[in-house]
Order: sequence, then structure tokens, then C-alpha cells
Amino acid sequence: MRKPVLEFRNVSFSYGGEKSILDHLDITIYDREFITVIGASGSGKSTLFRLITGLEIQSEGTILINGENHRNRHGKVGYMPQQDLLMPWRTVMDNAALPLELSGISKKDAQKHVLPLLDEFGLTGVENKFPGELSGGMKQRVSFLRSILTGSNVLLLDEPFSALDAITRLSMQEWLLEQWEKREKTILFITHDVNEALFLSDRIFVFQEAPVHKLQEVVVPLGRPRSLRDLNDPAILKWKDELIEQLRKGVSI
Amino acid sequence: MKHYLPAAGLIVVLLLIWEAVARSINLLFILPSPSGVALKLWELKEVLLFDHLPSTLAIILIGLAISIVLGVGIAVWMNMSKIAERAFYPIIISSQMIPTIAIAPIFIMWFGYSIWSKVVVTVLITFFPITVSTFDGLKSSSKELRELLLTMGAGKKEIFFKLQVPSAKPYFYSGLKVAVTLSVIGAAIGEWLGAQAGLGYFSRRMMTQFDGAAVFAPIVLLSTVGVVLFVVVKVLEHKSLKWRNMK
Repeated sequence: MRKPVLEFRNVSFSYGGEKSILDHLDITIYDREFITVIGASGSGKSTLFRLITGLEIQSEGTILINGENHRNRHGKVGYMPQQDLLMPWRTVMDNAALPLELSGISKKDAQKHVLPLLDEFGLTGVENKFPGELSGGMKQRVSFLRSILTGSNVLLLDEPFSALDAITRLSMQEWLLEQWEKREKTILFITHDVNEALFLSDRIFVFQEAPVHKLQEVVVPLGRPRSLRDLNDPAILKWKDELIEQLRKGVSI
Repeated sequence: MKHYLPAAGLIVVLLLIWEAVARSINLLFILPSPSGVALKLWELKEVLLFDHLPSTLAIILIGLAISIVLGVGIAVWMNMSKIAERAFYPIIISSQMIPTIAIAPIFIMWFGYSIWSKVVVTVLITFFPITVSTFDGLKSSSKELRELLLTMGAGKKEIFFKLQVPSAKPYFYSGLKVAVTLSVIGAAIGEWLGAQAGLGYFSRRMMTQFDGAAVFAPIVLLSTVGVVLFVVVKVLEHKSLKWRNMK
């Protein structure tokens, strides 16, 4: 039986008790799943992440991470933000090692731990460079490495490739899938891009207008391993059109 | 080096104009020529460098050291406590509304002709840019980075040392650059009002003797001290903020 790693049970949330964003929402995400969250701006996607990371506290309900209900959820999941949010004054090595330092590991030991991973992340030779010297794709790889090094089995990726150019974005998507398979993590990935969602995920959560009571859930009809060419299959194209149609219903211009 | 050519050229032109005007007016005790000042500087080099410069330099360095400790300390305190911010901030601002030249005689009355009356004037004039810029720097840290650190389980201490302090460093150096130039002014004002040695004191004494060149000679040295201190801070800043040089 699949093990749930992240569960929302009857969770409600509103900012300042006014505009309700989530309304008695239930979600279950299983171990090693790749889930994308898609929806219009302001539909509550980022709020979902803020709740999971503990930056916001639900007004009702329970959020379980690996079956546990933590009073303080800080440090329980890995988070990769939309902008890379690397510290400009830290080198690539020191940025990646940050979560290890925060967990009490000495700087020297943390660096020993990071060094072999830099190679796997295509960052050899840039470990002593500062973020300002890196390309967009490289910065995102450092940011992803940093979230991996939190040690959590659940990773939240908030539109991580939205600022990249189209070609870099495609390579980063392929690279991310490789890493996901290799590292055996569960990933929740916010995106606006239906193609990206189709290519990456097992299931897609569609956020309609807030308050969200029930998430519309779509199982992606593609096997693994998959390639970008699979997205051009006529059946998939038709399926994609239907999905886009559904998304458009939730958008008011 | 090429970078500084326009400034060097302008200085040479201004000095030449000054020289020509001074010579044509020919009242060298009031308006000495640059060559006259240079000659006087050479003549007085031993007295100025070994008697008066150390005294002024001591005031500047002690004053700056106190300002850094006091300024950074208050900035950190205001950053940690809203009550401290509300208590200190208006006082710090109003301290700058007091004309230093007007209040300096009080310090001479309190501390006499000792070094401390001058140090207090220097501190009064230099702690403000350091405090305000460091405080602004601590407050400037990115909210997104703070939240990211929280999601990694960071506590207040880690957020302070790993985020706020590095964010504040460029601001601190900006404040310090202003402070070092002001420190020279502070020390000179202090010395004018009451001292037994120092470049400011010497310059004022020469004024009473109507020796224009001797008034200017210590001023040239004071400016040099200011420039050297500024360059030292620039070098420290460059070394400490390596990441900014990589862009």
C-alpha cells in the first residue's frame, strides 16, 4: 500500500479571517509522487505551500507531514522558491550548504557533504563563484540542491523555472525528472504551464477560484520514462485541450 | 589610473588659477598661493607630522572606534526591540539638530583641554551616519529570504547572523565612509575650540598670527588624513563584500 507523506484533513484558511482561500480541503499525496498544482493567479496555490511550510497556520483542520502533526512545521519540508533566492554574499558551496549549517552541522563538514553533490548537479568548478556570476539555469540547480539538502523527502517547488528562457526551461524539466527519480523524493510543483505539468507529473491538482473546497484532480495519462515528444501524441493533445478548457472556466478576465 | 585623470587634470587647473589669482592680489598673508602653502608644509613638516598630527589622529581614531561600537550597538538594539527603536530613534535624529559648533564649548567645560572633549565632538558628529545606515541595513534584509530561512527551520539568531548581518554590511560601509570624512571635521572643530595640540589647533593659532600659508598647511594634512581614511574603508569594503565586485 502506498504511504501518504502529506495530508490535508479538513483544512480551512483565510488571510486575516476575511477572504477565505481554503474551505475544509482534503488532500493526500503519496510517497515518491510528482504532483503539479496548476491554476490562475490568486487561486491559492502559493497559500497551499505557505501552509505546508508553516509560514501560515490553518484556521481549522490538520496538516500531516509523513503522518505526523507538527506544532511547528518549519524545517519539515524542502522549499524551492520562484526566484532562486540564493544569498548573493554566499558562494555556490555556502548557499547549498545553508540547510546543513542550520541543522547544526559545522561549516567544514557541511562542505564535505556538498562537494560530491555539486558534481551530480553539474556545478563542478563553480563552487566558489557567487550567484551573480551564474546563469539562470545554474542558479536554479543550486536552489534545487539546497532544497534537497534540507533532508526532507517532500519538496515544494514554486514555479521554479518560470524566469528561464524556453530552451533552458526544457532542459531543466528533463533534468528535474532525472533528479526526482534518482533522489526518490515526493515533489509538489506549482506551474502556470500546462505542458510543463503534463510532462512532469503523475497527478495535476487544478485550483479553481478561491475558496477552494475540493481540488479537481487529473491523473496524467503518460507512462514513465517519458520524453517531450510524448506530448505531441494526438490523444494527449486532445486531452490537453480539454484540460486547458477546464482551466479557462476558472479564470475571469 | 586613467580613471582618475580627469579629476587630477581639474585639480591642476584649479591650482594654477589659484596660484595666478593669489600672485595678482599679492596679499599672501590672507590668500597664500598653493606653492607658498607647499613650501610652508615643507618648512613645518616636523612640527606638523610629529607634534600635531598624532594628536589629531588619536582623536579621530578613538572617536571613530567609539562611534562604531556605539552606533552598531544601538542599531542592533533598535533592530531587536521596537521599544528601543521608539526610544532611541527620535533622540538620535534630534542629536543631529544641535549645531555641533554651539555645543562643543560645553564639552570643553566638562572635559577640559584633554583629548576627551574633542573625542566627544567627533563621536557626536560620526555616530549618526553609522547608526542610521546600519539600522537601515538590518531592516533591509529581504522578506522572502527570511521566510526561506524559516522554512529551513532557522531561529531568530540564525536569521540575524546569516541574513540580517550580511544584508546590513554594505549599508554599514556606506555609513562608515561618511563618518570617516566627518571625523576629520569633528576633530578639527574640537581642536579649534580648545586644545593644546593638533592640526586644527595649529591652524587656528596661525590665523591669529596672520600667517595664511601656515593656516592652510595643516588643513592640507587634515584633508590628506580624510582621504587616506576613506581609501582604507574602501579597501576594507572591497575585501569584505567580494560578491559585489563579481557582478
